[in-house]
Amino acid sequence: MDTKKGRFAEFKTSMQPRIKEFKFTMNRVRKSPLSIAGLIIVLFNVCVALLAPVLAPPKLSDPFMIPRDASLGWRYEPSPPSPTHPFGTTSLQVDVFYGCIWGTRFAFMLALEIIVVIVIVGVSLGIISGYYGGLVDEIIMRFTDIILAFPSLILAMAFVAALSRSGWTTLNAVILSIILVGWPGYARLVRSETLRVKSEDYVEAARASGASDLRIMFKHVLPNSIYSMIIVVSLDFGTIVLTAAALSFLGLGAPPQYADWGRLIYDSISWSASGFRYWWTYMYPGIFIVLFVLGWCLLGDALRDVLDPLYRRK
Amino acid sequence: MYLTHFTGENELETEDIVEIKDLYLNFYTYDGVVKALDGVSLDIKKSEILGLVGETGCGKSVTSLSALSIVIPPGNIEKGQIVFHSAKKDFDILSLDEKSLAKLRGHYISMIFQEPRAALNPVYTVGEQVAEVYFHHRKEELIKSVITELEENLKKASGLKRSTYQRDLSLYKKMLKNPKSLSLRFYSKIPILRRFQNRMKKEARKEIVELLKLLNIADPPRVFDMYPHELSGGMAQRVVIAMALACNPYMLIADEPTTSLDVTVQAQILYQIKDLQKKFNTSILYVTHDLGVVAEVCDRVAVMYAGNVVELADVMSFFKNPTHPYAQSLLESIPRPGKKFVSIPGTVPSLISPPEGCRFYDRCKYALEMCPKTKPKLVEVEKGHYVACHLYGK
Repeated sequence: MDTKKGRFAEFKTSMQPRIKEFKFTMNRVRKSPLSIAGLIIVLFNVCVALLAPVLAPPKLSDPFMIPRDASLGWRYEPSPPSPTHPFGTTSLQVDVFYGCIWGTRFAFMLALEIIVVIVIVGVSLGIISGYYGGLVDEIIMRFTDIILAFPSLILAMAFVAALSRSGWTTLNAVILSIILVGWPGYARLVRSETLRVKSEDYVEAARASGASDLRIMFKHVLPNSIYSMIIVVSLDFGTIVLTAAALSFLGLGAPPQYADWGRLIYDSISWSASGFRYWWTYMYPGIFIVLFVLGWCLLGDALRDVLDPLYRRK
Repeated sequence: MYLTHFTGENELETEDIVEIKDLYLNFYTYDGVVKALDGVSLDIKKSEILGLVGETGCGKSVTSLSALSIVIPPGNIEKGQIVFHSAKKDFDILSLDEKSLAKLRGHYISMIFQEPRAALNPVYTVGEQVAEVYFHHRKEELIKSVITELEENLKKASGLKRSTYQRDLSLYKKMLKNPKSLSLRFYSKIPILRRFQNRMKKEARKEIVELLKLLNIADPPRVFDMYPHELSGGMAQRVVIAMALACNPYMLIADEPTTSLDVTVQAQILYQIKDLQKKFNTSILYVTHDLGVVAEVCDRVAVMYAGNVVELADVMSFFKNPTHPYAQSLLESIPRPGKKFVSIPGTVPSLISPPEGCRFYDRCKYALEMCPKTKPKLVEVEKGHYVACHLYGK
């Protein structure tokens, strides 16, 4: 029984249904060209983020600070793309290529940090609110109502301004403010799914066989209500980066010379006034932002087709 | 391995297992207070099948769920007791705290639901779901059997294998003594080290496969790894029954377990339930609205109407001699070929403002003057045949 072969065979049979489903999922993905495009764009972004130290070797102690090209002097005017600076430089000879590459890495870090916290907070509050109902539900949902009543970008700006005045570094302030603005959507989504799943017979059956509230919430309700959230997470991955870029663009985010797409575009506002003459200063970071957001949106759609049981078997 | 668990465990001193005493339950809705149960009293005897009959909305399911102290909001139990007579001590189920309830549910009293496929969680395989009940209620027995197996293996083994056996043995012994110890928690979190738990899972799998075999499921090891949507209705219901019987409960609540199945499968499941009841000596509270099923499987029958038990009798004496006017018309309204279809005139009274006296009086052919004013009590008309009707009072 304990031989390696026996164990492997056992593992294989026990994994059979999962493998079957996974194959079906992959088949669905393969059949839609848009999801393939999304996947490729996201993979490209991931590669860029992972290979950032190779593509653009850092020169300063903080790799997210974009190095200046001292050989070009302190000239204020951006210099056009050249072999040493493939995407050109922006004011004060700051390298755009470096900014775009390390900006990808920064975008991933930012989005991941924010999404993880938002999901944990949103899911737990949503499940508690939906499962217990009553007063708890009322309190949590009124909080979400308050936050959702404001336009999210304006509210995030207000949070950033308030937080950075009270001693937070601007980057941490951006992260916290996006979290504060973002969790209510997730809490609502999970709550509504919880309300649906809660009334299913198998939840009752689990309770009748002696499962505790916590066990029901996390073993029975959560796995059945998480699918729509996975899709929203992937869509939001792009949106969060967009929000952060918007904040940076408004001068509320990353400090000058920081490898952040929004900051790069903010720095080139004055150059965009002269038409397309200094196009490289805002076009390249713009393209990176568009690709990132587009990739995650397409991937989100693909995930919906694949994971949502209503679309899945069509 | 599985069957040894079932020998002589149900030795109870008392006749009754569960006694529902004067249960009042209200639902607080926006339209008003729905008085769903109005003084329900029932007793379920040791190793009998009690049929609980009545039309939709008469409180059958609510009564049976409250035996597990599950009240669906916005319901609230106003008054009453549900006494559980265990071998050692009697206690009131309704006044237990959540922790003891979690032990009671599934272990001593368990439940089969109406819609078998809805009662299984779609994201887990059959085996995982049945095993959950095992791990919840019968962990100690599983650990003990793993320990004996390991000790036997230790005698034969040598070298490296011996040391892994020894480590697992010490872990399992610790699990028995102090399941919350720090090292155990550490081991069960680390991916490769937590493989020691596989022995327990394998043991559970063995027992579950045995149990599924007992329920006449074809190819149990394959069904063990199937997801609920791959099962047919009858098979899913068998799995649900297996889940309910996993811990050999004293009492099983079957809430219309065959309603959603087709007739041939229904018969199979009915006989299976009856068969298992004899084998395991379990009492069953069988909730249904099908009098044919009652006649087939039950020992005694309780008829409910609008939140009251109106008649409680042996199956034989009930079908031979139904006493309560409602029970009489209920039996008459079973459609038969060549006979005109009879229905009971009128409708069930609104439970928000029910009549003060007998809740059946305005549909009753024999209504007396006192019927709308005073509520009839259950009186014994024959030995073991109770009825709540003024016609038979003194």
